[in-house]
Amino acid sequence: MSAFVGKYAEELIKNAKYIATPGKGILAADESTGTIGKRLSSINVENIESNRQALRELLFTSPNALSCLSGVILFEETLYQKTSDGKPFVEILEENNVIPGIKVDKGTVEIAGTNGETTTQGFDSLGARCQQYYKAGARFAKWRAVLKIGPNEPSELAIQQNAQGLARYAIICQENGLVPIVEPEVLTDGPHDIKKCAAVTETVLAAVYKALNDHHVLLEGTLLKPNMVTPGSDSPKVAPEVIAQYTVTALRRTVPPAVPGIVFLSGGQSEEEATQNLDAMNKLEVLKPWTLSFSFGRALQQSTLKTWAGKKANVGKAQEAFLSRCKANSEATLGKYSRGSAGGLASESLFVKGYKY
Amino acid sequence: MSAFVGKYAEELIKNAKYIATPGKGILAADESTGTIGKRLSSINVENIESNRQALRELLFTSPNALSCLSGVILFEETLYQKTSDGKPFVEILEENNVIPGIKVDKGTVEIAGTNGETTTQGFDSLGARCQQYYKAGARFAKWRAVLKIGPNEPSELAIQQNAQGLARYAIICQENGLVPIVEPEVLTDGPHDIKKCAAVTETVLAAVYKALNDHHVLLEGTLLKPNMVTPGSDSLKEAPEVIAQYTVTALRRTVPPAVPGIVFLSGGQSEEEATQNLDAMNKLEVLKPWTLSFSFGRALQQSTLKTWAGKKANVGKAQEAFLSRCKANSEATLGKYSGGSAGGLASESLFVKGYKY
Repeated sequence: MSAFVGKYAEELIKNAKYIATPGKGILAADESTGTIGKRLSSINVENIESNRQALRELLFTSPNALSCLSGVILFEETLYQKTSDGKPFVEILEENNVIPGIKVDKGTVEIAGTNGETTTQGFDSLGARCQQYYKAGARFAKWRAVLKIGPNEPSELAIQQNAQGLARYAIICQENGLVPIVEPEVLTDGPHDIKKCAAVTETVLAAVYKALNDHHVLLEGTLLKPNMVTPGSDSPKVAPEVIAQYTVTALRRTVPPAVPGIVFLSGGQSEEEATQNLDAMNKLEVLKPWTLSFSFGRALQQSTLKTWAGKKANVGKAQEAFLSRCKANSEATLGKYSRGSAGGLASESLFVKGYKY
Repeated sequence: MSAFVGKYAEELIKNAKYIATPGKGILAADESTGTIGKRLSSINVENIESNRQALRELLFTSPNALSCLSGVILFEETLYQKTSDGKPFVEILEENNVIPGIKVDKGTVEIAGTNGETTTQGFDSLGARCQQYYKAGARFAKWRAVLKIGPNEPSELAIQQNAQGLARYAIICQENGLVPIVEPEVLTDGPHDIKKCAAVTETVLAAVYKALNDHHVLLEGTLLKPNMVTPGSDSLKEAPEVIAQYTVTALRRTVPPAVPGIVFLSGGQSEEEATQNLDAMNKLEVLKPWTLSFSFGRALQQSTLKTWAGKKANVGKAQEAFLSRCKANSEATLGKYSGGSAGGLASESLFVKGYKY
């Protein structure tokens, strides 16, 4: 029936709306220990807690960068970490009007009988965990569902499993005061064209919003984190304006106006591509009842990571690189980005085939 | 997958957009022979073709009224009728920039095993019939699905049958050049409150849009004709502002922005109630990506019918009454209605328990 309006309803609506503030977006800094290990090893840095802490401290204390952000998604370990001065990360974020968020899923597992399609786990004690995260300062959560495109994919089973999973996760979050970011990622892998990606994205989003309605999720207290609609990774690239057109059309056909904001994932796009595509969408002259912003991981951190290379002496320059990407994306949410304010690093593709988080 | 884009796609989009022109709406003059018989008998007029023709001629030749309308829904007989001067009704409408529409369903039948719930028939040769109607000048169609509220209603079966029926009807229309008006009416009958109506309306609309997506319907080439969200007929009335709040919230939670316009049915509301509610919705300060207008039958014709009473001498006055309601509703679509511009007739409730069309 209608939406579940529990004790956190007003707060959820307020927080979701704040995260969707025009000119701001989300830093996805929720790489699990295994995943952040890959990032660190790419710059020859050892995957130990102090290095993970050092990287996040670099990001969260970057002068002026936080003003471009409305939220940061954290991994559980990071939620409880502090700066080298002993100040909790959560406090730094809160003081700078950045809402702390928390990744609550526990990765994907394959669905038997399918061709490598997956579903997402993490339901056990999810409610209790959300309560703990709320106490620790988190006010939004994230759960990543994954679909792939193939000759027979995504299958109806995979679509239903992932849509139902997202809906169940979402209502549990709302029961416990966390705004759920709903992330149904359709992977870029494959030789398909942009029309195919559009068709699949529309089908998936329609299933997701039907499931959210079935589970009584309060849409005004949610955010959507979808893929942009692009050609497959093995297919020729298209201009940002084309990506913008297909993406916004897909969203207009499936996302009800009650959703306050849409924060795109960057997938394997380079920093510059992701920003240009987001900018093109916001320049598009068609009515969009939700804001269009970013929830970028790699597309905000790649240059920063390389510039840092694990060395204290590079922190300042690395923070400048980070601020540069934050500002670029902030402008993109307003359709005000002037292209090419990035160096060679920012154009490097971040696509990894069959990427496993 | 994604929307079916056939040879009529651009035309469908253009026509749907035109029907949704702010300041205009639809006259539902598609009463079947049986139903119009009830109207005529209420003013002691015999149900013969010449009288049915006289009534519609009165409406379509009302000076200045057509400028408030973007479309008129016709019953099949009327599509082929002419004025007493021999001018086809369709021509009069077209000359006045009013798009002719056609009712294509064949009424409801009960679903066995339910508590009086119904599904709508009319699929046999529907495509071929649409082609004929297109040749005769029709450019949009209407199909009425009905749900009721009760202790166990609407059932999942009834919701699914009606949603699937609407989607199948819609795609067949689009294949044949007619913009489908999608009408999932939740009846007012019952003692339930407005929250119950809201919950049911949201559930039904969510199912409808999932079905439309499943059937590849091009949303940009459709219109929605829903009920307003109101208390049940046996429940206490609410102010227009309350009805507006619940109705627009329900629509924001379920209707994707790609739909260009929403044209409400009036159900059993009086002429004045329907206008005030529509006006309140358009005054509401919240983002609405679709226009909110009217597709009224009784709520546009009631006073007119009574004033005419079947007498030629009354035609002029009856046409004035009709113009008065058309203007009132035109203003309401712009949130500019000053209310009370109606006599006692306009406040008469038109609710009939268990109303059968």
